[in-house]
Amino acid sequence: MSGAMQHGDTILALTNYVFPNDVYVHWSLMIVLYPYITGIVAGAFIVSSLYHVFGIRELQPISRFSLVFALAFLCCATWPLLLHLGHPERALNMFLTPNPTSAMAGFGYIYSAYLILLVHEILFIYRPTMVGLWMNSTGIPRKLYAFLSFYNDNLSDEAMKLDHKIINFLAGLGIPMACILHGYVGFIFGGIKANPLWATPLMPVIFLLSACVSGISGIIFSYILIRKVTGKPIDVTCIRTSLKFLWGFFILDFVFEMLEVFSHFYMSTHHWHVLESLLWGPLYTTYWLLQVKIFSLIPFFLLGAVCLIKFKDRVVLFVAPIVSLMILIQVLLMRWNVVIGGQLMSNSTRGQVSFVPEWLGREGILAAVVVMAAPVVILFLLGKIFPFWMSEEPKDS
Amino acid sequence: MIDIKKEIERDRRAFIKKVLGGSIAGSLLLVLPAGAVDIAEQIPGMREEKAVFTAKRFAFVVDITACIGCGSCCVADKAEYNVPDGHYRTWVERYIIDDHDNVFVDCPDGGLHGYIRAREGLPHPTRDTFFVPKLCNMCEKPSCVQVCPVGATYQTKDGFVLVDKTRCVGCSYCIQACPYSVRFISPATHTAEKCTWCYHRVRKGLLPACVEVCPVHARKFGDLNDKNSEVYKILHEPHVISVLKPDMGNKPALHYVGLRREVV
Repeated sequence: MSGAMQHGDTILALTNYVFPNDVYVHWSLMIVLYPYITGIVAGAFIVSSLYHVFGIRELQPISRFSLVFALAFLCCATWPLLLHLGHPERALNMFLTPNPTSAMAGFGYIYSAYLILLVHEILFIYRPTMVGLWMNSTGIPRKLYAFLSFYNDNLSDEAMKLDHKIINFLAGLGIPMACILHGYVGFIFGGIKANPLWATPLMPVIFLLSACVSGISGIIFSYILIRKVTGKPIDVTCIRTSLKFLWGFFILDFVFEMLEVFSHFYMSTHHWHVLESLLWGPLYTTYWLLQVKIFSLIPFFLLGAVCLIKFKDRVVLFVAPIVSLMILIQVLLMRWNVVIGGQLMSNSTRGQVSFVPEWLGREGILAAVVVMAAPVVILFLLGKIFPFWMSEEPKDS
Repeated sequence: MIDIKKEIERDRRAFIKKVLGGSIAGSLLLVLPAGAVDIAEQIPGMREEKAVFTAKRFAFVVDITACIGCGSCCVADKAEYNVPDGHYRTWVERYIIDDHDNVFVDCPDGGLHGYIRAREGLPHPTRDTFFVPKLCNMCEKPSCVQVCPVGATYQTKDGFVLVDKTRCVGCSYCIQACPYSVRFISPATHTAEKCTWCYHRVRKGLLPACVEVCPVHARKFGDLNDKNSEVYKILHEPHVISVLKPDMGNKPALHYVGLRREVV
């Protein structure tokens, strides 16, 4: 919880009235990161499903990596929540004694179910690899790989067919679950009728589309980065296809975001007058300037150009990381503008507060950096166990 | 000489007796329950042996045509609950409408110190001014109860919305959900807190603290199932009565007499 402004401020008092309990921004940086992280998880899973379920063969090089990437972020999805809670020691009560009418109470179940599904899908996809590593290693790694192969070294055609069926089933089930995971996060905000910025049935849709966008961007950016750093060749066809999907999802995402604002503007109810004072008030810079003008319109046209014009490979490889990083920032800004922005309007509908995040503290900038760095470290560690790329697999003995 | 000695001896006895008697009486006062101090029942029927609390339907009525903005209710509330500074279970807003129809609202320190000075620096002459006390709306369909993930915020059978601070996880979801902004996170307990309409007093037949201290009777409280209660009469007579933000669909049990359209 961070103080926003001192109530009774003389300048604000004249024209601006904020309810006395509304001067605090209760959901701060950690609740900005929570939907950001779960969004990346859901989006990365969609990338994998595009190959495994929808048969987009060009995405094969990143299909396994995207699952491990999703797992790395999913491991940290609960961290911001625990840092945010006033009583984190009671967090499990949401799971053990949930209130069935609360959207938030569903998180434990949705999160656990998704984690179980993701881990199983990774294990089944990696089973041939794990068996190979099991056979070629000794000591503790041998035991670990045996465990990760379900102690089953049967790689016969029949067994692989069964594995493939299970993978297809899990990937197929995973798509609606990834959508539920993130659509649900959107609903946590969209179901709050008291907040004019949040209360829209479009909120889960926008969250879901922005999740796909952030996941695909995250995969493109990290794939190029890791391949560059490790000096391995980059599959440009895969990047081109990913960029096409990124553009497609981003068109939907951006258009829905703008349509939402436009619809309110056109209807011009009291709802809009409250939103207008927010979007052209304390949210102007982070919303219009940063989120819309710089980090949406520029990537939008860049992506369009890369997808429609036949550029040389090196141009694509130059633009792809820039555009994906920009979209990652766009989605983070969107989360900020929704989560923080929604709290800058008082329920009095007569005034706004400002918010500057603190540096230290449980919900400070430093903690946010640690929470965002953790998935990268976990991804590095997971990479030691699960080889990201097919070419790294040991030859099956 | 012997007589004098006897006299002293007697005085000593009397003295010791008096000290002992005083000590015992004082100790008894300390150990006797406060209930022994008889405060007359303020809500009729609450102390009857056969009284069923679930049969009550309580309502709060605030008469904004009566409120003088003295802040006594806020003081009583702060004293009753030791409300941390900067957070408010109840507050009193001052509305000023000038002759250009501009509406100015303020509420320094929640109105705790009363509005003893006129507001300065307004651009036009004042057309109208009034005070609006705010507190928990005790909604029939409370958003806070709906969203609480662990059921720490709950509704009692007699319609009160309360917070169990031993269960609250401090997620602040209820604060986001409340359309009236009556909730806050206590910096002492890190749990959600709000006005309870003094449930502990009501169950003992006493009026909420703010109602009891209001010098102009602007705050009224009672049972709507009791046709003799003042709140029943007010809500069933042709007064100008409304609730805050009726569009939210929360069905508040807090009603305002003379509510103005400027009030949110």
